[in-house]
Amino acid sequence: MIPAPFEYETAESAAHALSLLATHGEDAKLLAGGHSLLPMMKLRLAMPTVLIDIARVSELSGIRAEGAELVIGATTRHADIASSDLVTSEVPLLAYAASQVGDPQIRHRGTIGGSLAHADPAADLPMTLVALGGSIEITGPSGTRTVPAGEFFTGFFESVLEPGELLSAVRVPRGGTVPWGYQKFVRRANDWAIVGVAAYDGRVALASMGSTPIRARGVEDALRSGASPEQAASHAAEGTSAGSDFHADKEYREHLARVLTRRALEGRVG
Amino acid sequence: MQLKLTVNGVTRSDEVEPRLLLVHYLREVCGLRAANVGCDTTSCGACTVLLNGESVKSCTVLAVQAGGQAVTTAEGLVSATGEMHPVQRAFREQHGLQCGFCTPGMVMATTSLLAENPHPTEQEVREGLEGNFCRCTGYHNIVRAVLAAAEAAGTEAEEVSA
Repeated sequence: MIPAPFEYETAESAAHALSLLATHGEDAKLLAGGHSLLPMMKLRLAMPTVLIDIARVSELSGIRAEGAELVIGATTRHADIASSDLVTSEVPLLAYAASQVGDPQIRHRGTIGGSLAHADPAADLPMTLVALGGSIEITGPSGTRTVPAGEFFTGFFESVLEPGELLSAVRVPRGGTVPWGYQKFVRRANDWAIVGVAAYDGRVALASMGSTPIRARGVEDALRSGASPEQAASHAAEGTSAGSDFHADKEYREHLARVLTRRALEGRVG
Repeated sequence: MQLKLTVNGVTRSDEVEPRLLLVHYLREVCGLRAANVGCDTTSCGACTVLLNGESVKSCTVLAVQAGGQAVTTAEGLVSATGEMHPVQRAFREQHGLQCGFCTPGMVMATTSLLAENPHPTEQEVREGLEGNFCRCTGYHNIVRAVLAAAEAAGTEAEEVSA
């Protein structure tokens, strides 16, 4: 499958990327690892007329500690997050989630910013960032704004990111000893989650249970009232809007959400 | 546009369309046919090559994204004197293939895996190759081949240091 024709520009800096975005308008797309965008372009679900490659912009890549947070550049690859000693010790949930994205080849190319900007409700990192209570730095023509993860995703493959803006970094709270759990149910290796659950510090986020990654508020309320993981997990499907598809129907997804939430609350990974 | 990169140690410069995928560049422009187009959807791994020593699926990389970098295909693993790479040898000796379509991708994914983890457990091998599908073997001999290649590399390293 061959993408539709496009012009290719290489950004030298974040400012250069923004100016190229401004020059080329809404039909331009940013390219980093390309592991969400290129598959869409090959299927011609996306047909940008200009690609602006930001993979060589060093200021957009890397992991650093800043006060109570880790700041992760948008073009940092999943493999680098998964193998980072800093992330593993300070935010082990994020390191683990990054290690569960796709497969090794995908993790060598795919980036955290790309995965979040793509806003797939079945993906690993969006739900993880919501569970962590992280935030997303967006740089645009008028400066930088920081959006809490819970407000970033607005719909199926949709976010608050505007044309002309660049997702520049991701912020996550440091907390190496906070209990966490992670569950992803798939039928085959490297499939998307039929249901996914990330639990961190009393927050529970679900993948594939609606059009965005969503908080399981009923579970969180029950936990605050002193419920056991099993009791709390029984509320996991409340307020969700799971769809039915080839892989699973709504009822099955709701059942999985309860089972996987219990396991995640017990600190299990898998 | 003009693409400059290194393929199997050889510096190249070719005029390419930006939309040309790396796998098509390798097969059709460079004439290197080891990397296969299998699923064409980033799933099967038959198109796996190394980009700066790391496995990538070349059906989901634009050739221009590899500009200025080093690409290695299965052809590039063979030594100048025509000797197979230890990973290739292990796949042959352990019969880690049947039809052979997935094999170049398996070999490249293995090369990358062993570079990151020289002594993987069987479970780590199975997980490390989760991005590569084989529809013939049932994977057992492939896993044996990877473990044998890791062991052979360990033995060679010991001989060198001894």
